[in-house]
Amino acid sequence: MSKKYETVIGLEVHVQLSTESKIFCGCSTEFGKEPNVNTCPVCLGLPGTLPVLNKKVVDYAILAGQALNCDIAEYSKFDRKNYFYPDLPKAYQISQFDLPIAEDGNIEIETEEGIFNIGVHRVHLEEDAGKLIHEGSIDKSKGSLVDYNRTGVPLIEIVSEADMRSPAQARAYLTEIKLIMEYLDISDCNMEEGSLRCDANISLRPYGQEEFGTKAELKNMNSFSAVEKGLEYEVKRQREILEDGGRIVQETRTWDENLNKTISMRGKEEAHDYRYFPEPDLVPLEIDEAWKSKMREQLPELPRKKYKRFISEFGLPEYDAEVITGSREMAEFFERVLKDYDDPKNLSNWMMGEFLRLLNENNHNPFESGVSPEALAQMLIMIDEEIISGKIAKKVFEIMYNSGRNPEKIVKEEGLKQISDEDELENIVDNIIAENPDAVEDIKNGKDRAIGFLVGQVMKETRGKANPGMVNNMLRNKLMD
Amino acid sequence: MNIYDLTIHELKDKLAEGELTPAEIKDAFSNRINEVEDKVKSYITITEELADEKVKDYENNKDEILAGIPIAVKDNMSTDGIETSCGSKMLENYKPPYNAAVIECLNKAGAVIMGKTNMDEFAMGSSTENSAFFNTHNPWNLKHAPGGSSGGSAAAVAAGECAAALGSDTGGSIRQPASYCGVVGLKPTYGMVSRYGLVAFASSLDQIGPITKDVEDSAIMMNVIAGHDEKDSTSVKGKKEDFSKYLKNDVSGMKIGIPKEYFELDFNEEVKQSVLAAVDKLKEAGAEVETVHMTDAAYALAAYYVIAPAEASSNLARYDGVRYGLRSEEADDISTMFTNTRHQGFGDEVKRRIMIGTYALSSGYYDAYYLKAQKVRTLIKDDFDRIFNDFDLVITPTAPNTAIELGSKSDPLEMYYTDIFTVPINIAGVPAISIPCGFDSNNLPIGLQMIGPHFEEGKIIQAAYTLEKLLNIKDKRAEL
Repeated sequence: MSKKYETVIGLEVHVQLSTESKIFCGCSTEFGKEPNVNTCPVCLGLPGTLPVLNKKVVDYAILAGQALNCDIAEYSKFDRKNYFYPDLPKAYQISQFDLPIAEDGNIEIETEEGIFNIGVHRVHLEEDAGKLIHEGSIDKSKGSLVDYNRTGVPLIEIVSEADMRSPAQARAYLTEIKLIMEYLDISDCNMEEGSLRCDANISLRPYGQEEFGTKAELKNMNSFSAVEKGLEYEVKRQREILEDGGRIVQETRTWDENLNKTISMRGKEEAHDYRYFPEPDLVPLEIDEAWKSKMREQLPELPRKKYKRFISEFGLPEYDAEVITGSREMAEFFERVLKDYDDPKNLSNWMMGEFLRLLNENNHNPFESGVSPEALAQMLIMIDEEIISGKIAKKVFEIMYNSGRNPEKIVKEEGLKQISDEDELENIVDNIIAENPDAVEDIKNGKDRAIGFLVGQVMKETRGKANPGMVNNMLRNKLMD
Repeated sequence: MNIYDLTIHELKDKLAEGELTPAEIKDAFSNRINEVEDKVKSYITITEELADEKVKDYENNKDEILAGIPIAVKDNMSTDGIETSCGSKMLENYKPPYNAAVIECLNKAGAVIMGKTNMDEFAMGSSTENSAFFNTHNPWNLKHAPGGSSGGSAAAVAAGECAAALGSDTGGSIRQPASYCGVVGLKPTYGMVSRYGLVAFASSLDQIGPITKDVEDSAIMMNVIAGHDEKDSTSVKGKKEDFSKYLKNDVSGMKIGIPKEYFELDFNEEVKQSVLAAVDKLKEAGAEVETVHMTDAAYALAAYYVIAPAEASSNLARYDGVRYGLRSEEADDISTMFTNTRHQGFGDEVKRRIMIGTYALSSGYYDAYYLKAQKVRTLIKDDFDRIFNDFDLVITPTAPNTAIELGSKSDPLEMYYTDIFTVPINIAGVPAISIPCGFDSNNLPIGLQMIGPHFEEGKIIQAAYTLEKLLNIKDKRAEL
């Protein structure tokens, strides 16, 4: 990649808040219902209806603002953003223009290039629009249908500063925003369902130049990889134009997932004049210190802080800390197990391995599985005390996961206790030696690998219950000098 | 007196004494409608069947404030399942699936809703001539306009086609037609009456209020419609007040300001003299009257004709043909459908204001127009606050003239000027009433406006009630 141009990226992230009812009426926000079921005269914008602000939405937005290290406005207001579109029943969106609920924050992100601090310019509240459904494709469809279920679902728009210098940083920023929102438990953050959406502003400038280059606004990136790919494409496109001595045109471009390229949607001249003005149907939003501190008390430990603490407090490797703090539930589960169990690294191995595999398979969070933190601790102790082997533990764990049964009971009832009794093991080992003269011969001829075969035979005989270390030692003592 | 000439409180008395039954009352008003509606044309929709049902249901409501009383409602208040056209082709066949808050209030109070009254399209106008359907005629002289935009409601009350009516007032739309039709019109303090279900014209100025035959009825209607509504965030929290307690014949010690700058404007001399004569009567009755100075009302008018169209341009953007109301069939794509629908559905005055408002909010013009107008608004508010520190009331004419002849004003600016005395009140958000104070040489009613401080409807009602007694013209009815 040419070193001549520096990439400058800013993201606008829309997050659907997971309140039960919509922002300005009592309709449900439930996703996936029959079209136009979650509607009423207010969210359909029928003549004469008026919005009433859902207080829970403000709570959530304050939490988001605080988590992003923003200043929460004492005085904020709503404005109308006017434009015509069939999915916008009032022909204006109630949003916030010059006095957003939160401003001037920042978050830390980490990529392979290092650690970066990304500014959060502002967070504002707004209502979502409906959805157009075209029969066939948009250009061939004879008509379009509109589903207003989504109309009035609360959104926050998080606008970053133009602080990102690579598509990888943009992806890391978006990932961190998603993680923070999940930790706050204020959004599902599902890009496929549209509860997390991302637009980007991207421009290039020669290294050392302070002034920003002409930017393109990039839309329609519907996954994390699309964000990265779309931006990478755009870096390349802009760089090629600049290297050919051309000029970037300010425009809105859309990412086409199938063509793997960005396509111009509209130029600067066709940009909307939204004619913002204060929403006269709502009173200004005043947030006093008491409200702010009440929300601050509800703030959980945030992912970045937890990540660092897991490294320093538990001595976890960075990779483990990242995976374990990758979800609030995972991290909480981890710490709950550690109340009864004191080997964090062993625990993280278990959680990242067998546990995570089953969770992903079943689309569960740890608390939705049959395994309780106490039971997992109990099982890990049983391994450490050599009551069960690691291999048997996997079997036990799967039973625990699916049945919710206690590991001690499982081991007892299924007869899975490890055989560590010397006499009992010696009996079995002697039998195996007697049954496998060829292997014994090999060992005596210096083919050490045959030990493994014999251990395997013992394990097979005991259905995995024999203490493998003891078996190994016993065989070596008996067959090698 | 004919039954249809009676006021709400007179009808209530007769019901209470058993002199009249609800059916007799309803029939008297229905017959009156049949008799004069061809001449007056107050109603867009007459809800005969619903009125009959409500009469049948009288026993279940008889202790309520408006039980058995025939009321008319301006056609911009949403009525569940009943056409709510706003005087526009755009909503000609639109039936809302819900009731406005005030309709719920009327229903709960046992009112017999007679129908929906004619109005200037989307309440934009001062003569009801901007109705997309037909003109309403002034009952005092059928060649004249009833005023507007609540012209249908004012004419219906004046013609005895209902006992009282609801109107809406954005810049004078209750008071000016009340003045032209010789009836009482009250615009409450902004936030006093829920706007939920009132089809918005200019949200920060719109307010619903009663049009009645006398001041006592105005207090009764306020008891029904005023109060906090959680569906309207701009409605003011507070206890419901009993406005009847202000029906006192007493103005002694009341301080009344007469704005010098308003009376110095060039307007109808008969109106000026009639209003000043009424002020003298209040003075004789013990009120303290003084001249006060106020910001030139022309600034209020200019600010109003920026703010109201700006809000309207946004409020009326939803009429795009997608969901309800008119949809142009002459279109191949969505953008043309929007354009053609709005082209066909809106009348000239509505289009004019949408264009003015869109312009005023446009990037590059916002500061010069909308923001400047909002600053003027603050000045006018401050002006009223300053005066009400020392005064209980301010009195002005309601309109600079009496009812204009239908078709006589074709210049919109000339029409806007008839709102000169009413507009500042909406800009400031204060309450004001118009009551008849006399007649001009053509026997057309003259209206006097009393303006009070925020939430002091009581003071207005008391002074208006007293003046009504002093003038003794309230029983005079238009002859049809």
